[in-house]
Amino acid sequence: MQKTKFNMEILDSCKLRELDAFIEAEDNPQGRIINILHEAQKLFSYLPQELQLYIARKINMPAAKINGIVSFYSFFSQEPSGKYTISVCMGTACFVKGADAVLQAFRRELQLEEDQKTSADGLFSLRDVRCIGACGLAPVVTINDRIFGHVKEADVKGIIEEYRELAKQEVAEVAQ
Amino acid sequence: MKLNSFDALYELHENLISLLDLRSDELQADEAKSGPRDILVCGGTGCHSAQSAEIITALREKIANAGLEDIKVIQTGCFGFCAQGPIVKVQPENIFYVQVKMEDLDEIINSHLIGGKAVERLLYTDPRTKEKQKHYLDMDFYKKQKRVALHNCGLIDPECIDEAIANGGYLAIAKVLSSMTQDDVIYEITASGLRGRGGAGFPTGRKWGFTKASVSDEKYFICNADEGDPGAFMDRSLLEGDPHGILEGMMIGGYAIGADTGIIYIRAEYPLAVYRLETAIAQAREYGLLGKNILGTDFNFDVQISLGAGAFVCGEETALIRSLEGNRGEPTRKPPFPAESGYRGKPSNVNNVETLANVASIILKGADWYKTIGTKGSKGTKVFALAGKVNNIGLVEVPMGTTLREIIFEIGGGIEGDKKFKAVQTGGPSGGVITEADLDTPIDFESLTSIGSMMGSGGMIVMDEDNDMVEIAKFYLEFTMDESCGKCTPCRIGTKRIYEMLETLIEQKGDLETLEKLDALCRTIRETALCALGQTAPNPVLSTMKYFPEEYERYAKGEVNKAYSIDPEKCIGCTKCARSCPVSCISGKVKEVHVIDVSKCIACGACFTACPFQAIVKP
Repeated sequence: MQKTKFNMEILDSCKLRELDAFIEAEDNPQGRIINILHEAQKLFSYLPQELQLYIARKINMPAAKINGIVSFYSFFSQEPSGKYTISVCMGTACFVKGADAVLQAFRRELQLEEDQKTSADGLFSLRDVRCIGACGLAPVVTINDRIFGHVKEADVKGIIEEYRELAKQEVAEVAQ
Repeated sequence: MKLNSFDALYELHENLISLLDLRSDELQADEAKSGPRDILVCGGTGCHSAQSAEIITALREKIANAGLEDIKVIQTGCFGFCAQGPIVKVQPENIFYVQVKMEDLDEIINSHLIGGKAVERLLYTDPRTKEKQKHYLDMDFYKKQKRVALHNCGLIDPECIDEAIANGGYLAIAKVLSSMTQDDVIYEITASGLRGRGGAGFPTGRKWGFTKASVSDEKYFICNADEGDPGAFMDRSLLEGDPHGILEGMMIGGYAIGADTGIIYIRAEYPLAVYRLETAIAQAREYGLLGKNILGTDFNFDVQISLGAGAFVCGEETALIRSLEGNRGEPTRKPPFPAESGYRGKPSNVNNVETLANVASIILKGADWYKTIGTKGSKGTKVFALAGKVNNIGLVEVPMGTTLREIIFEIGGGIEGDKKFKAVQTGGPSGGVITEADLDTPIDFESLTSIGSMMGSGGMIVMDEDNDMVEIAKFYLEFTMDESCGKCTPCRIGTKRIYEMLETLIEQKGDLETLEKLDALCRTIRETALCALGQTAPNPVLSTMKYFPEEYERYAKGEVNKAYSIDPEKCIGCTKCARSCPVSCISGKVKEVHVIDVSKCIACGACFTACPFQAIVKP
């Protein structure tokens, strides 16, 4: 049987050192694996299999078990996400006020196929989230840390354009 | 500073009481009066999302610039009236401003704080009388509420332990440690009739009694803050608005069962609540209220936080414990109950946040006081997250026995846009819908179950005539299908099959036989699934089928029109609709009437929004 090859080089050593320090501060790292994965995802923005393997070796736990945990909990992502993460709240309060139509509008605007989460240009990731509890603002969309309340289908295009513009400006600034 | 004795705590409390001098509801001084003021700004997630943090910073700056030295700006927990946020309340005159924006701040400062005249346009307008209301107790939204669990929310700064102590925080644990045995505490909680607020309604005192009875060198007191019901935010608001109250509830429970470790299992999706809890824990440790030899006694108790990672099933206590241990959150069979063998195989007690928020008040005011609130079988109050198609969206706390009609039409101010009420959903993905006919049922654990729904954790979603009940059922099943942990077959495969059947119906490819099969499958899953998630997953389908059979039948018979159409009288052929259609199902030449191909229409509504002549007709 062929073994999967892992390229551990992709992991940033600086971030790994930070993660090491976090793990070493835990007295029962195996029992606190979920908190360790949270920290790892905070540092690396997602949990590639290489990183799961690294943690497995570090805390002496089967990598398969770690992968089982990562795939069980929806908060953990094994895929890199776009520069801007668009989260459409799919709590019931938002749903009855048309969140589904807003989500579809984002899909269309970003030209995402079924099951595709990140736009082709790598700028946007779209996900539906469980209730974020801002039901008074339903339907609610968050983009990174910014919150948009009472979003209508018609607003979607404008929101995306604003962020596309923002990304362009940033590129221009870096170029300068 | 460590508080090493009861007297040290009592003395501190006495010294701090004056912090809240300006905040009484009764003290309704005239706004024209100058002098010290407290400005309370809501810092709950809803208002936070609507810029309340920026408002606080700007207010502080502007007040300092205006030289108004005796005015303090305080960030509080949730006021509950989320639909009107951000909320700014000026004390002692009790002026309640709603929907405050950054550009309103100068006027508040100049007109009210300096000029002594409240800003009329920022006051709440009663939707019925169209009158402006200055004081919150006059508002229909607040009139029928009774705040026990939420008593600190919207009153104190949750990031300041001194304000919590000023309002009686930690006095209950002092009373427990100075004058009550473990059995006394359990007796008092049992006598109060307090039942678990997470949904099942198990008597809290009995649960504590079981865990106390288990003999072990180590026990755990766990707070279940994994609030996963979509559309419910009671626990989050409590944790954000009164973290010290929750810690104190855990300490009292920990003492009663003989645990010295408390664990809070909280959703990672609640960063603000996690931050406030961390802050509260650090402050309590500094005062010696958590740690070893609390208040100079031999009681030791400390609390740690464990993050969830987005799995609804972890709200079930055995799954929660598995997750705490660093596993996939799969439920285990009971018995053994956590009271015998829980976290790390040790006796553990799991209580919901809102349950714990009631504990300190019961200890301080007594079981006899608590028993006076509520119905025969369900004592006390219940916090509901009122949302959906209702005017006054927000967090409401009412005595058990209040009717749904009072909550929706008085506190909630009726249906948005004067539409017709259709149903209210309680109990989230485990509950069911309640229709007009049952709106006068007094709410308690038993009555809601008897009308086919359940109390649940407190989510209450109001639906109007526009909501399609089969779509609602499908929404909930999509949720439970996603959240099924996969351990037992009835739930893993059953929820998926139900979902597929609903999909078939909605696509109008089913028939009446599909309905029969759907009903039979739902009943089988209810009988056979391993845990409550699976057993209750069919409820949204069964209850909508019971109350809205005609909607299911219309789908089964293929009588539902879902496509948009164009009114030929109004269409001038501007082509805007055709250009906006994502599936290109609109055809027609410029300046000629356009037509929608109903077989391709996905009912997205894009054409409806695009048409400047209102020529598009909704299905």
